[in-house]
Amino acid sequence: MKSNQDTTHFVAPLEETPLLATDAVKTDQAPLSLWADAWRKLRRRPLFIVSAVMILVILVVAFFPGLFTQTAPNDNCQLANSDGAPSAGHPFGFTFQGCDVYARVIYGTQASVMVGVFAVIGVLIIGVTLGALAGFYGGWIDAVIARLGDIFFALPLVLGALVVTQLPFFRENKSVWTVIMIIVLLAWPQMARLTRGAVIEVRNADFITAARSLGVSRIQSLIKHVLPNALAPIIVLATMELGVFIVLEATLSFLGIGLPGSIMSWGNDISAAQSSIRTNPAVLLYPAAALSITVLSFIMLGDALRDALDPKSRQR
Amino acid sequence: MTASDVTITEAGTPANRPLLEIRDLAITFNTSNGEVNAVRNAHFTIMPGETVAIVGESGSGKSTTALAAIGLLPANGRVSGGQILLDGEDISHAPEKRMIELRGNTIGMVPQDPMSNLNPVWKIGYQVKETLRANGRPSGPEDIAKVLSEAGLPDAHRRARQYPHEFSGGMRQRALIAIGLSCQPRLLIADEPTSALDVTVQRQILDHLEGMTSELGTAVLLITHDLGLAAERADKVVVMYRGQVVESGPSLELLQNPQHPYTKRLVESAPSLASRRIQVAKEQGVQAADLLAPAAEALTADNVLQIQDLRKVYKLRQGLGKSSDFAAVDGVTFDVLRGTTTAIVGESGSGKSTVAKMVLQLEKPTDGKILFDGVDTSLLKPSELFKFRRRVQPIFQDPYGSLDPMYNIYRTIEEPLRVHKIGNKASREKKVRELLDQVALPQSTMQRYPNELSGGQRQRVAIARALALDPEVIICDEAVSALDVLVQAQVLNLLADLQSNLGLTYLFITHDLAVVRQIADHVCVMEKGRLVETGSTDDVFDAPQQEYTQALLNAIPGAKLMLPPEVA
Amino acid sequence: MIQFILRRLLQVIPVFLGTTLLVYFMVFALPGDPIRALFGDRPPSEAVIAALRQQYNLDQPFWVQYGLFLKNLFTFNLGVDFTGQPIAATLGRVFPVTVMLAVEALVIQAVFGIGFGLIAGLRKGKIFDSTVLLASLVVIAIPIFVLGFVLQLVFGVYLGWAKPTVGTDVSWSTLLLPAFALALVSFAYVLRLTRASVIENSTADYVRTATAKGLSRPRVVMAHILRNSMIPVVTYLGASLGGLMGGAIVTEGIFNVPGVGQKLYQAILRSEGPTVVAIVSVLVLVFVIANLLVDLLYAWLDPRIRYEK
Repeated sequence: MKSNQDTTHFVAPLEETPLLATDAVKTDQAPLSLWADAWRKLRRRPLFIVSAVMILVILVVAFFPGLFTQTAPNDNCQLANSDGAPSAGHPFGFTFQGCDVYARVIYGTQASVMVGVFAVIGVLIIGVTLGALAGFYGGWIDAVIARLGDIFFALPLVLGALVVTQLPFFRENKSVWTVIMIIVLLAWPQMARLTRGAVIEVRNADFITAARSLGVSRIQSLIKHVLPNALAPIIVLATMELGVFIVLEATLSFLGIGLPGSIMSWGNDISAAQSSIRTNPAVLLYPAAALSITVLSFIMLGDALRDALDPKSRQR
Repeated sequence: MTASDVTITEAGTPANRPLLEIRDLAITFNTSNGEVNAVRNAHFTIMPGETVAIVGESGSGKSTTALAAIGLLPANGRVSGGQILLDGEDISHAPEKRMIELRGNTIGMVPQDPMSNLNPVWKIGYQVKETLRANGRPSGPEDIAKVLSEAGLPDAHRRARQYPHEFSGGMRQRALIAIGLSCQPRLLIADEPTSALDVTVQRQILDHLEGMTSELGTAVLLITHDLGLAAERADKVVVMYRGQVVESGPSLELLQNPQHPYTKRLVESAPSLASRRIQVAKEQGVQAADLLAPAAEALTADNVLQIQDLRKVYKLRQGLGKSSDFAAVDGVTFDVLRGTTTAIVGESGSGKSTVAKMVLQLEKPTDGKILFDGVDTSLLKPSELFKFRRRVQPIFQDPYGSLDPMYNIYRTIEEPLRVHKIGNKASREKKVRELLDQVALPQSTMQRYPNELSGGQRQRVAIARALALDPEVIICDEAVSALDVLVQAQVLNLLADLQSNLGLTYLFITHDLAVVRQIADHVCVMEKGRLVETGSTDDVFDAPQQEYTQALLNAIPGAKLMLPPEVA
Repeated sequence: MIQFILRRLLQVIPVFLGTTLLVYFMVFALPGDPIRALFGDRPPSEAVIAALRQQYNLDQPFWVQYGLFLKNLFTFNLGVDFTGQPIAATLGRVFPVTVMLAVEALVIQAVFGIGFGLIAGLRKGKIFDSTVLLASLVVIAIPIFVLGFVLQLVFGVYLGWAKPTVGTDVSWSTLLLPAFALALVSFAYVLRLTRASVIENSTADYVRTATAKGLSRPRVVMAHILRNSMIPVVTYLGASLGGLMGGAIVTEGIFNVPGVGQKLYQAILRSEGPTVVAIVSVLVLVFVIANLLVDLLYAWLDPRIRYEK
């Protein structure tokens, strides 16, 4: 077999293949932290820019509704205007009750945004704490928290909310805060599960072992090394959940078990618009559009963040 | 077929026409940073039945070249120049249909990592069967069993009905070899076929592969990072560096008479070759002391670490409340002399890393004692343990996992100083700068993040962090195993320099006997949790007492090569 | 495999007990007279109250109450609603309708979600992929009751392709429109999950090896990429059942489908607390069992799971 071998010994000319220093440090780029790198990627994503601008606008509308309409949403409802068509100063027309749809949409922003923001904060506090403890310490703490999470997990969100809202306490004290409490109560396990998984993934990394052999205590290594590295998926989920919770609030309000009718909200307005949907669909479509755009903004932001924070997309 | 007829007349008679000829091959990748030339001007030939090895470090383009030959470049890569001639036919831009015809029965492949290359959801037999069927061969149970047993899998009928996760790494690689050779291809591309396996298994598999291919007359394109292995297994070696072929020729000639500076450096640095050179030199009567860097001279019998009858037992859960004991470390006793390097060698599952964890006080021993400076470490109070941590520091294997990606290099190296409340901000920064100098990194590295550094650079940062507290003992857990040959040599040299300058003691955990030969004064060989042999490095290498040690030694690639005793 | 089934069963039991206990505890163990509290300000007749007291054994200690509640649940002795009708009989009538609706929705979301997800994943970064991705975000963002109304308005009222409401005329074809509305939300998640896992598996080593073996592209895609991508998708489909149940309440309300969801919705509107609790408990039971089945399917899809300790 070896008879037909090609026995030439080839050597490339050195000028074409210069030998470089072994393992030289690149000095041509500015240093980049994970967050700086993510920010650089985000700035170039149209999805991020669009969603960020939309969220800013929505927040301004939520906090300063008076800037966007002179019409007080409830004061001058006149039945004469019932299901009225758009007219000057009333671009979206009137509801069945004769209220200005545009003003109601503007003033309804606050309730949705409040529910979303505070429910996410609550879920973060409970979910991240329990998830981090379960993932980091393992053992019986993990077992107890995991089983507790399983139990809540087996209760689909809307069904669970249905039961909770039947309780006397929630029935008699319907408000933005009870809706937030219900959402936090039922939605924390998902955050806890995600945090637990992220923490476990980081917990066994060599840099945690290295930190412990430096004399860093367990709790210190959790706070200083594990959590910062587990943060990216948590941020992404929190952003997306903000949108999901807003939908959930609207769904509950639509079913008549969410916000009380006295609070102006998109869910309540959509629920009220059912009766006139065939004659005047605009009454339903405007708050529905406002709701969808808000939710879309948060979900788009979450999606953009997910791409930017994905460790796989980082250079090594 | 006219095209190939023309080529035949061009290239001469089929008998001495190359099976595969790579001509001026260029491969380009589209990345987010623009086009990158991964391979330039690559050229080599493989004659029918010949084994050719491409040697190079990661990123040298060796795998890319091989993948191009079977039409499996990643989606963002393309052949941007040159030709790939298979039996005279240029397949560099062949339509996918043609490539599907060729794959399997003309060009086969044995991939690198046996753990990830078998589909976990299909039985082994099915994965063989679909190969046979796709290439129009009989695929009955008997045919499948035959293919598997030829690759050295005993009890093939039963094995065919099992899933990949029921196989050990070595068995999976045998299954992959079975698949790669099942349709008797004329060319087999073997991409680091054994680098993920234990050394002894590695040797068996390579022997078997060699036997099968020479019987079938299959030509082999072997991709490897280990020059010793390449020279031992291949007729011809092609050395690639930064996407170019820098040197190629008959294996032994290349090894004995390297011309290109890169090849020279590679020949000098490859641990398997270096250890072989030491061995040859000794056989010829040259004293080992002349070859090795002199270990610390003033050796009084000062045992900084004494490990006595160490045991670690884990409970293995076997479902539904049952559990069984598993002794990861079983009755291990050895001493570590101050200022020397002691290596613990073993294959995966030998318990060597568990010993390291226990010495670092990260795991509690089930039984036995670890004395540090004569003090039983199990009796240390928390405050004493905190002080102990200043004196014993680890360096880990994975250069990607051992640094916190959120911390820049300054914070990483400064952390031990801060934790132990040493100095003020200014003095700590001064110390970090000194440490970076010691590990030969520019001070500007301070502002960078781990992901911006290469594996070797990260490992140097990890060394700097370990040195920050002026420790006496450093535990290196496979500290250089993940690095390319030249970088590995660089880090080993750094460790040796630091040892002679600072009087450090190393406990070196590794699976690589070749590295041990270069750096260690004492060797402990572990197998399945037990210590099978200890002794000075020379004694263990010259006169291994145990069969297992003997097998490990034989498994070092290049053991049969005749090399000049010393090139340096 | 048998050991795996047993182990899963053992894990499901505490979850089911915990969940029903949670539901029961919230309703019956809080201070005050639970029966009175459940009705709010519309007290029902004394006869109904007496029946309820007997149904829920309120004179017994809590644990006995709970035990009897479980026994009742498993024997489908669910008590009576405000009109005195046994809830079990009502459920028996409406349950098949909801099962039909859920199955139809599940099939729609699986077929379209996996189909579009596979194509998008294989053409990562192309126009089809980006369009589908953006569209899926929009679909996720629109709440199901808005989608329901829009579909009803467009296809039922304006185009007249389907009956806007179902009423008593229940069949696979009349349920198509509500099933479509119900499927849309999870459909987007199925699509995105399929796409992500197709992309991940496409670059897996074993896929490259399969190609290197000489397999044709369709075979590589079906037997290796799609087959392995099904593992997380099936798990998600199981979990999405919970969302389908919640969504069914809304969809059945909008399209006037005589199913469990509509009964539940009516019970909520009429403030019939006990009926709500009884139906929800049954649904939780169904959800837990469905997830157990999905787990077994998962083990069948992924042989590694069966051997996990």
